[in-house]
Amino acid sequence: MGRGLLNVHLRLVYVFLYAPIAVLMVLSLNRGGMPTAWTGVSFHWYVRLVESPEIVSAALNTLIVATVSTVIATALGTLLALGVERRRTSSAMDALLFAPMIIPDIVLAIALLSFFTLLDFTLGLHSIILSHVVFNIAFVCAVVRTRLKHFDYSIIEASTDLGAGDFTTFRRITLPVIFPGVLAGALLAFTLSVDEFIIAFFTAGAGSSSTTLPMRIYSMIRFGVTPEINAMATIVMAVSFTLVFFSQRLNKGSIAGE
Amino acid sequence: MSTVQPVMSLEGVSKSFGSVTAVDDLSLTLEEGEFFALLGPSGCGKTTLLRVLAGFEMPDRGSVRLDGADITSLRANRRPVNLMFQSYALFPHMTVRSNVRYGLEMEKLPAPEIDRRVGEVLERTQLEEMANRKPDQLSGGQRQRVALARALVKRPRVLLLDEPLAALDKKLREEMQLELKRLQHDVGITFVVVTHDQGEALVMADRVALMKDGCIEQLGAPRDLYEHPQTRFVADFIGTTNLFEGRVAVGGVQLDGHGLLKADNEAETPVGEPAVIVVRPERITLHVKARPKTANAVKGTIADIAYHGQDLNVHVAVSGAGRHVQVRISTAQETSATYRIGQSVWCAWNPEHGRMLTR
Repeated sequence: MGRGLLNVHLRLVYVFLYAPIAVLMVLSLNRGGMPTAWTGVSFHWYVRLVESPEIVSAALNTLIVATVSTVIATALGTLLALGVERRRTSSAMDALLFAPMIIPDIVLAIALLSFFTLLDFTLGLHSIILSHVVFNIAFVCAVVRTRLKHFDYSIIEASTDLGAGDFTTFRRITLPVIFPGVLAGALLAFTLSVDEFIIAFFTAGAGSSSTTLPMRIYSMIRFGVTPEINAMATIVMAVSFTLVFFSQRLNKGSIAGE
Repeated sequence: MSTVQPVMSLEGVSKSFGSVTAVDDLSLTLEEGEFFALLGPSGCGKTTLLRVLAGFEMPDRGSVRLDGADITSLRANRRPVNLMFQSYALFPHMTVRSNVRYGLEMEKLPAPEIDRRVGEVLERTQLEEMANRKPDQLSGGQRQRVALARALVKRPRVLLLDEPLAALDKKLREEMQLELKRLQHDVGITFVVVTHDQGEALVMADRVALMKDGCIEQLGAPRDLYEHPQTRFVADFIGTTNLFEGRVAVGGVQLDGHGLLKADNEAETPVGEPAVIVVRPERITLHVKARPKTANAVKGTIADIAYHGQDLNVHVAVSGAGRHVQVRISTAQETSATYRIGQSVWCAWNPEHGRMLTR
């Protein structure tokens, strides 16, 4: 009986979580565009999106920010994870590594903006990229560290023993073995960067040249939720969901594969 | 004096970790083509010594030589010495063949030569059929052979093996002891095996160094260590042994309540000093009726009888002795079935089979 009730609960929670999103996805396909009347299925609003130069340039900006910050954060975060796991750190250091993940975005956003202003740093896409690298390093590092928990360090010594130098060992042994973790971290970082609004909003500076997709959506809903926004939100969500799905599968596989 | 140059030698090597001295001023030479065992309880420094030989630990003091050349500061990847890891440390993302090839690829040998040597080693270790499998598709025994093949294919001057059989089950371990010895004989490479299992060391090695607290307690052939232990620690660590504690007297050791036990005072320890006589269980005979005339004997009561099939372990409680005296009797002996718990017996041995030790 208890199990039956728990099952009902489980279903209700999923409805609670996903009903609004499902409604949004359905509305994005509504030909008429009004939330009150269903007038048939159409991809009309998706076409409108692609035809808008402002939205296309915002999407490109988001892709640039997400790609560049992911590449930088993945490289730095992976090396950080390797370093941290090799030498036993204090719990204070551990906490400082996790902090960028749990500090409220608004706090991080204000801190970064003040910092850039203090340094007289010009704002633009590059400052958004740097800001995204800040929190993405923490996420990549955390994901790679879970992979390293199951890492047998004696294979590094075995590689050295067989005549390999440090760089060869990293390229042929360490990196291939932890690669599922690195890729999972990168996918997560990319997703977070694509969705991120507050920090980008604060560190983008004036002018529309560095507007990202979430910022564009925000400026559009000031005039009401249009059907284009539903369509765009559906696309963003589909991309995020796919990336998170693969990231999770990789990490699960990486642990089971040990 | 031997004119053969040792393959490898350690001179006055010390290595500490913080306040713990793992290896303490130790010297050692390894001969060409021998099977050498480093034996000792955990924490005796044997693994550290192996890692010094491999080049993973730099000694704080002392030098390491290979074929006469000083290689003390040479890193592991530049030494013609290979280590087979206790965990095997196989590369999980590579097939058996790629694992074995790796070391030769690092030497940048031409591909045909690599193929030929890898093929030879896989054949020798009976791994050809598994060459394309990944390590997680292999049994423990197969993984052990891959680790061995991966190190052997490099044709090292010295092959170091860290507890090579510890992860195998008992039956396979006994097979592999002889297998390893045969392999070592065939390839003619000097093997150094680290083990905590004295039985393993006795079966496999030509020479055994028993270590304690970072020093070599005794070094010699397995028979030397078993038959002629030089300290109580050696006598106790290798095999089962009986210790009779007393004081040095003229012609032997005076034991409280049992009189004089004859023994050769090799170390010429002064009379009155504490000493111990060590006797192996299989050297002791039991006498029920009377004290044998020529031999050393102590009187006691049978406390326990353990039947092992091919032999019988009789535990005799002797007054003044801390532990029961253990006597091993072959069940082929007709009297073996006649002993009973509580029976009063003489434990006797020929004086030449007992050794007087003062350390």
